[in-house]
Amino acid sequence: MSAAELRARAAGWIDDRLGFGAVRELMSHKVVPVHAATPWYYFGGITLFLFAIQIITGILLMLYYRPTVAEAFDSVQFIMTRVEFGWLIRSIHSWSANLMIFVAFVHMFSVVFTHAYRAPRELTWLSGIALLGVMLAFGFSGYLLPWNQISYFATKVGTDVAATTPAIGEALARFLRGGEDVGGATLTRFFAFHVIVLPLAAMLLVGLHLLLIQKTGMSTPPWMDRSRVRTMKFFPNFFLRELMVWYGALAVLGALAAIFPWELGEKADPFTSAPAGIRPEWYFLAQFYTLKLIPSHVWFLEGEMVGLLFFGIAAVVWVALPFWASNPDGSLRSRLVTGLGIFLAAYLAVFTVLGYVK
Amino acid sequence: MPVQESSKQSTQRTDGARADRKRRSLVSWLLGGGVAASLASFFYPVVRFLNPPAASEASVNEVAAGRVQDLKPNSGKVVKFGNKPALLVRVSETEWKAFSAVCTHLNCTVQYQDGRQQIWCACHNGFYDLNGAVVSGPPPRPLEEFAVHVRGDDVVISRRA
Amino acid sequence: MRLRVMILLALSCALAGAAKDSCAECHAALDGPLGRPATLIKHDIHAAQGFSCANCHGGDPTADDPGEAMSRAKGFLGKVPRRLIPKMCAGCHSNPNVMRKYGPQQRVDQYELYLTSIHGQRLAAGDEKVATCIDCHSVHDIRKVKDGLAPVHPLRLPDTCGRCHADRQRMAKYGIPTNQLQDYHKSVHWAALTRRGDLSAPTCASCHGNHGAKPPQVASVAAVCGTCHVMHLEQYAKSPHQAVFADTATGGCTLCHSNHAIQHPTLAMLIGRNSVCAPCHESGSEGAKTAVQMAEWLNGLDAALQRSESVLNRAEYYGMEVSEPQVRLHDGRENLVKARLALHSFRPAEMHKPVNAGFAIARETLAAGEAALREKDIRRLGLAVSVVFILVTMVAIWALIRRLERNGRVPDTGAARG
Repeated sequence: MSAAELRARAAGWIDDRLGFGAVRELMSHKVVPVHAATPWYYFGGITLFLFAIQIITGILLMLYYRPTVAEAFDSVQFIMTRVEFGWLIRSIHSWSANLMIFVAFVHMFSVVFTHAYRAPRELTWLSGIALLGVMLAFGFSGYLLPWNQISYFATKVGTDVAATTPAIGEALARFLRGGEDVGGATLTRFFAFHVIVLPLAAMLLVGLHLLLIQKTGMSTPPWMDRSRVRTMKFFPNFFLRELMVWYGALAVLGALAAIFPWELGEKADPFTSAPAGIRPEWYFLAQFYTLKLIPSHVWFLEGEMVGLLFFGIAAVVWVALPFWASNPDGSLRSRLVTGLGIFLAAYLAVFTVLGYVK
Repeated sequence: MPVQESSKQSTQRTDGARADRKRRSLVSWLLGGGVAASLASFFYPVVRFLNPPAASEASVNEVAAGRVQDLKPNSGKVVKFGNKPALLVRVSETEWKAFSAVCTHLNCTVQYQDGRQQIWCACHNGFYDLNGAVVSGPPPRPLEEFAVHVRGDDVVISRRA
Repeated sequence: MRLRVMILLALSCALAGAAKDSCAECHAALDGPLGRPATLIKHDIHAAQGFSCANCHGGDPTADDPGEAMSRAKGFLGKVPRRLIPKMCAGCHSNPNVMRKYGPQQRVDQYELYLTSIHGQRLAAGDEKVATCIDCHSVHDIRKVKDGLAPVHPLRLPDTCGRCHADRQRMAKYGIPTNQLQDYHKSVHWAALTRRGDLSAPTCASCHGNHGAKPPQVASVAAVCGTCHVMHLEQYAKSPHQAVFADTATGGCTLCHSNHAIQHPTLAMLIGRNSVCAPCHESGSEGAKTAVQMAEWLNGLDAALQRSESVLNRAEYYGMEVSEPQVRLHDGRENLVKARLALHSFRPAEMHKPVNAGFAIARETLAAGEAALREKDIRRLGLAVSVVFILVTMVAIWALIRRLERNGRVPDTGAARG
C-alpha cells in the first residue's frame, strides 16, 4: 500500500467516525463575495484570532498569578521579572486585549457602513453587540487584576459611576465590588468574572455568532447587484488570505510587546489619596470624559445619572439598529444609519482623544 | 523544420513545467519552513514560560535567610529581602528575630551589635532594641519586624500578615 | 508671710484628698474670672489626684459660710503673689517624700534649676515680669507634659515660650531679640516635629533647658547639638576647626548652621557666593579648594547614584530582574550619608573611604543596570528573528494563493448566494 493510499484510508476511517465529510462539504460551499469592501470581512476574523491569543496567554498567566490583595501585584511583578518570557506573555495579553477591542469596534462600524446588519442578520448583529459588551467587561475586570495604583482607583471611579444608575445603582455597585468598597472581595470577584464567567459567555456567543454567519452567508452591501458580484471560495482562498492577516497581526503584537512592554505601575495603596491623572482604559474614555463635562445637576437630576440615562437610551437605539433601519415598505434608511454611524464614530474618536489630552 | 519546431515547442513546454514544478517546490519549502520556524518561535517562549523559575515564590513576602549553623547565638547578619535588606538576629540558641534593615532615619542599613545586644545604625548612631523600638538617636520610627521560622536547618524570614 | 505659706503647704500636702470642697461649689456658680478656675480645675492633674483649691490658696473648704471659708485666720491666702509661686510649687515638687507618692520617677530639682535660670535670677532680684511655673504650665488646668493640650507639650512649647519671647514690647526692656520663634518655625527641627511627627525633635527647652532656661554656654554649643548629633560631634572633634572655634564667641555648629533657623544643608554651604567657608577661606586658598573638592565629591556621588537608580528603574520598568543591584544601591546611598557625616571632620582623608566606596557601588550598579537593558535589546533581536519567520510565512502563503488561483482554480465561483 502506497503512502497516499494509506493516508486516504486513514482519512476515510476518521471521516466515518467523526463525520468530517459534512464539515468539508459545508466548507467547500462557503464563499466570500469579492468587491471593493471585501477587506472589511477580515476584521471579524482578526478579532477571533486575538481572542484565541487571549485564551492562550490568559491560561499561561494563570499559572503564576494570585488573586489576593497581598499577592496580586507581587505575582504580576514575579511574572514580569522572574518567569522566563513572562514579560512577553503579559505584554502580549495586555496589548492583544486592547487591539482586540479596537478591532472589534472597527468590525462593528464596518458592519454598520456596509449595512450588513439588515434582515435576516438581526441575530448576528445582536450576538456581535453582546460579544462587544463581554469584551468591555473583560477589559474592565482585567484592568484591576495587577492591583496597581492606577487600576485600583480607576475601578473605584468606574464602580462609583455604576452606583449612579437609577434604581439599581447601589445594588449593582455592591454586586460589582463584593461589598461597600473596592477591596480584596472585588479582586476575587473580578478574577472569577475574568477567567470563568466571561470566557464561558464569550465562547457561547462566538459559537452562536459564527453559526449565524454560516447560516446566512456573507452579506454584500445593498448598493451592489448581488447576482453580478464575484465570489471566492472561503477555503482555501479566503482562509489563506485571513491566515496572512493573522500572521501580520502576530508580528505587530510581538513588536508592541517587545518594544513597548506593558508597565507594571505602583502597588495599590487604598489608604493614599487618588493619584493625579486617574483615567479608565481608553475604550471607556469617551464616556468618562462626557460624564465629566455634564454639570453636577441638570434640572432636578444628578448630572451623572442624566449621562447614564442618555448613554442607556443611545445604547438601546444602537442595539435595536436592525429593527428600525428599514422603512415599513422594506426599503433601507441607509442614509440615516450611515449618518448616525459617522456621528457615533466621530463622537467616540473625538471624545477619546479629548479625554486623553485633558 | 516543422519537426524541429514542434520538438522545440515540446522542450519549451517541458522546461516551463519543470520551472513551474521547481517554483512549486520552492513555495512548499518556504511555506513549510516558514510555518515550522514561526511556530517554533511562538512555542519556544511558551515552553520557557512553563518552566518554573528558580525562586518559586511569587511574592517577596518570604525569603530563605540561610542555615541555622551559619549564625552563632548573639550575632546577626544582613540578608536580601526583595529589593531591600533585612537583618536576621540569632538572639540565643533558639530565639530568632528579624527586622527590616532599613533605618527609619535616612535609610542606612542597620547592624547587630553583640556588645550591647542592640541594633545599631552606623550613619547617625541610632539604636534600636530587639523589638525594633528606638532606644536612642535620630530614628523617628521603630524598625518593621518580620517573622522568623526555622524549618529543619533552614531559617526563613517572612513579612507579618 | 513666707513662714505662713510654708506651714500652710506642709499642712495642705497632708490634707490632700479632703472630701468636702465648698470653694468649687460656690465658685462654679460665679461668672467671669471668679468662676473660671472652677471650670478649669476639671482638667487639672492635681485635682485629679485629690488636691483642692485650698491646697494652694489656703482657707477652709469644709466651711459653707464664705466669710469663714476664706478667713485669714484659717490661712486663706487669696491670689498667690507671683514672687511666691515657685516656692509654693516647690513645697511639694521639691519634696521627694511627697512626690514619691504621685510620680516616683519624677525629678524634684525643678526649683533648684529654676533658681539658676535667668527667669529665677530676675525674679529673686524683684522682676515680677519674668516667667514663673504657671506662665509655662498654665494655672488651674495644669496638665501632664504628655497631654496634647498642655502648653509644655513639645508641639506647643515653642509657642508657649514665644508668647513672651516673640513679643517685642515685652522684650524691649531686656534688649534681647524676638525673632527666635519665627526662625525656629523655618528650621528642620520644627519640620521634623510637625511634619514627620517626631516628638523627640528638639524644641526650645531641648537646647536651653526647661526649668534652668538660659542660653547654652559658648563652649557647650557643640556638646548641646552633640547630644543628638553624636556622630557629627565625633567627626567635628577631629576637625582643625574644633580648636579654632572653641575660643570664638559663637561656638562650632551654629557658625555654619545658625542656631534657631537651622536649614537642611545643601552644597551651597560649601561653594558659591553664600558658602559658609568663604568668610574665612578666601577664594583660591587651600581651604576654599578643599571645600570645592568636598562639594564635588558629594555632588558627583549623589549624581552617580541617581544615574544608577534611574537606569535600574528603567530596567525594572521593562520587566528586568534588578533587585540585587537595587539592594547594592542602598549601600551606595549609605556611603553618601557617611560621606556627608565625614565632612564634619573637615579632613579630606576622612571622606575618602565612603566617597570611594560609594562611587564603586555607583559604577557597579550602573553596569548591572546597563547589562539588564542590553539583555532587553536581545529580546528585540529575538523578536526580529520571529518577525522574519512570520514574513517568510506570509510571503509563502501569498505565493501559494497566487499558484492556486493561477492554475485554473480561480476564485470566481459564480454569483454570490447571500
